[in-house]
Amino acid sequence: MQESELREIKALKVVDARGTSCPGPLLETKKAMTAVPVGGVLETLSSDEGSRQDIPAWAKKVGQEFLGFVTESGYDRLFVKRVK
Amino acid sequence: MTEKMAIVLFSGTVDKILAAGIITSGAIAMDMDVDIFLSFWGLAAFHKDMAGKDMRMSKDFEDMAPMFLKAMQKKNIPSWYDTLKKAKGMGNVKIHACSMTMDVMEWKKGDFVDLVDDVIGVGSFIGMASDAKMTLFI
Repeated sequence: MQESELREIKALKVVDARGTSCPGPLLETKKAMTAVPVGGVLETLSSDEGSRQDIPAWAKKVGQEFLGFVTESGYDRLFVKRVK
Repeated sequence: MTEKMAIVLFSGTVDKILAAGIITSGAIAMDMDVDIFLSFWGLAAFHKDMAGKDMRMSKDFEDMAPMFLKAMQKKNIPSWYDTLKKAKGMGNVKIHACSMTMDVMEWKKGDFVDLVDDVIGVGSFIGMASDAKMTLFI
């Protein structure tokens, strides 16, 4: 997805994992995903640079769709769509 | 079937136990089950007299230990105990005490912190490791 498209996304749930170290943001994402209905998007805020690789790797493993991330000042917003 | 990771935690220094804890958390996040076999110094560190009190670090990086511990505090990195506790709360993590070490040191299961699930021999661990996708020795 293009950055402009990602910025348009209205996530059903936002989990703020900023300030936690790896694998904190990944664990928070996994936990929060259970509260997102199929078709909904979860947004994770992370200041851990590893999340850019970890969250898509996790999404691929569990069969969810990683949409991409946008970078803000000092953190990223990462988007995962629940597809099943 | 759920994939499994097996870890032999032989080392009892906080840096290595924390690494085991972080790898365990990562495996849980990736939907794997984890079996941790505590032997020798790894088991000693889970003794109630040691856990949370003994902060010794790997000898080869001893000079950097104070800096490292301070940096971890500043960044609010959870202790190995809290890391493993959280991982156990989120997934299927079983922590096993080595019966041989317990025999040598004359320890009982009640001597260990609550993270320890049971006491097994190395044969049982090999059984677990043979079912695991990966096995680490830390």
